[in-house]
Amino acid sequence: MRIELVKRPQRSALFSMLSPFIAFALTIIAGAIMFALLGVNPLNAFEIYFVEPVSQVWQLHELAIKAAPLILIAVGLSVCYRANIWNIGAEGQFIFGAIFGSIIPVLFPQFEGPLVIPLMLLLGMVGGAFYASIPALLKTRFSTNEILTSLMLVYVAQLFLDWLVRGPWRDPQGHGFPQTIQFGDSAVLPELMPDAGRANWGFVFALVAAVLVWLMMSRMLKGFEVRVLGSSPRAGRFAGFGFNRMVFFAFLLSGALAGLAGISEVSGAIGQLQPVISPGYGFTAIIVAFLGRLNPLGIVAAGLVLALTYLGGEAVQSALGISDKVARVFQGMLLFFVLGCDTLIHYRIRLIGMALTKPNGAAQLEAAPKLEEAR
Amino acid sequence: MDITVNILLTIATAATPLLIAAIGELVVERSGVLNLGVEGMMIVGAVGGFGAGYLTGSPWIGLLAAIIVGALFSLLFAVMTLSLATNQVATGLSLTLLGLGLSGMIGTSFVGQPGVRLPNLDIPGISSIPVVGKLVFGQDPVFYISIALTAAVMWFLFKTRTGLTLRSIGDSHTSAHALGIKVIRYRYLAVIFGGACAGLAGGHLSLVYTPQWVENMSAGRGWIALALVVFASWRPWRVLAGAYIFGAVWIGQLHAQAFGIPVPSQFLSSLPYLATVVVLVLISRNKRLTMMNTPASLGQPFVPDR
Repeated sequence: MRIELVKRPQRSALFSMLSPFIAFALTIIAGAIMFALLGVNPLNAFEIYFVEPVSQVWQLHELAIKAAPLILIAVGLSVCYRANIWNIGAEGQFIFGAIFGSIIPVLFPQFEGPLVIPLMLLLGMVGGAFYASIPALLKTRFSTNEILTSLMLVYVAQLFLDWLVRGPWRDPQGHGFPQTIQFGDSAVLPELMPDAGRANWGFVFALVAAVLVWLMMSRMLKGFEVRVLGSSPRAGRFAGFGFNRMVFFAFLLSGALAGLAGISEVSGAIGQLQPVISPGYGFTAIIVAFLGRLNPLGIVAAGLVLALTYLGGEAVQSALGISDKVARVFQGMLLFFVLGCDTLIHYRIRLIGMALTKPNGAAQLEAAPKLEEAR
Repeated sequence: MDITVNILLTIATAATPLLIAAIGELVVERSGVLNLGVEGMMIVGAVGGFGAGYLTGSPWIGLLAAIIVGALFSLLFAVMTLSLATNQVATGLSLTLLGLGLSGMIGTSFVGQPGVRLPNLDIPGISSIPVVGKLVFGQDPVFYISIALTAAVMWFLFKTRTGLTLRSIGDSHTSAHALGIKVIRYRYLAVIFGGACAGLAGGHLSLVYTPQWVENMSAGRGWIALALVVFASWRPWRVLAGAYIFGAVWIGQLHAQAFGIPVPSQFLSSLPYLATVVVLVLISRNKRLTMMNTPASLGQPFVPDR
């Protein structure tokens, strides 16, 4: 059997809408097979995975906590990917945002008041943008491949954080645990509805960022510039758009958003710095960006879906004794199916059975005159 | 003298997985396909190799399983990018993410289990010769495979007609297609070869380097292998040199940590990654040279128009 792609005259609006849903359905089918292989009743597993984690109000708050960093990071990444710039080091920028933002509560704990949080958030964005500027600088100055440099810097950031919390920033009263002091009250991101659940302002930041970036991409010249440079760098040059400036713009924007996500996570959900502060948000956000079709509003929905995969992973681990790595498998499969389904937007897929077709050349020779007649 | 030999041996052991994975990726990229899934294929190879070795008790079956698992996993990438013409960067990334997840899930039951190790070559009388004996005749079997593989790929790419065809596809798939070359078929084979190599490299990690299963045990080696291919400007013998330089950096920082050099261990651990960045900068600084060496249709999807 052979797969053949036939180019559509124009992109299919129908599949453009449907493809994330088809991808999700295929993931569910593949997931059912996986659960069956693991010896679990798929229906039962799905209920525990996708329904139970969001059946109560406080659980929706947990969902928002997980979704906030994913959405924030993915919104920034969508701008990069639209511009055909491949920042895959958001995990590192997330960590550096967390570190920069934590400077105030860790080194100046006596500093209190309403100014603390805004300053921390600002520093977090600066930290993320700073860390993202390294691959941007290397790409523009030395044309070094940004995929590899941004990824390598993730490992460096993880080790740097590890050193900080085990070394100079360790809580002296922490009984030797590798962690900083607990942030003071004025350095903790407030919860939105403390009576109902733990969700904090990070989720609001995510929604605001998504709307702002959506406005920029669809209504402003900058967004047009991003899209032109992404789909045709040559056309972009003729229009006077600078590619190097775009590299910096995309990296700094996505870095700042990842940094904001980092400091929001540490200040809101965790309350101190630890050796590990992210269950791979920076990488999962790549999936979120693609599942949301690189559209900031789609990313909000996709972020909630991927947040659910994290919660579901924890749920099946405690209920069924399956490793919570199952979440990573779901996420990976989802991205695969999303990318595969996106092909449907630009191409029709024809499956050709080997037995049914004549040898290629002969079939073509016969088909050609008929085509002429038809015209 | 003994210490020097031992250090050289450990460098070779650290360099071998990098070399194998990079040589495989080199063939893939020479055919014009950019597979960023090396890290993922490596880690499923590692878990597959460990699992098969652990269950059967035979490290050789483990090694074979690692190769097969890596090849099968790369087939997923091939179907997506070659038959469905998806974005190669994104698909490669998703292969890595899926591989890390799958290996973590499959490997949960292997954590802490004793593994099996491939025995080192031991020729009575010869392997015990001081210095040369151990270095040349006393290493693990995968080391010899890696050297033979490098030589074979070098010969294949530059001395055979098929190799020439493969390179021509990487430089211009449209011209190759117009000449009647089955572009997609060649690329399928190249990607699967790359997957088998990455799987073998992973198998080396869990059957030779540290014969046990540790989550994320590839620790970025797949990415470093990708960087090595760029560093080597797509030439096999330079990949060999690069892999040994990186092996030396990797071992060097471990020894430095063991000697208790007054530098935080985390800084030493980050050296291989920082070295990768530095090396990439140095090599890509010369724009013209990079442009000349890069396979011209690298990373571009190709849909034959019949």
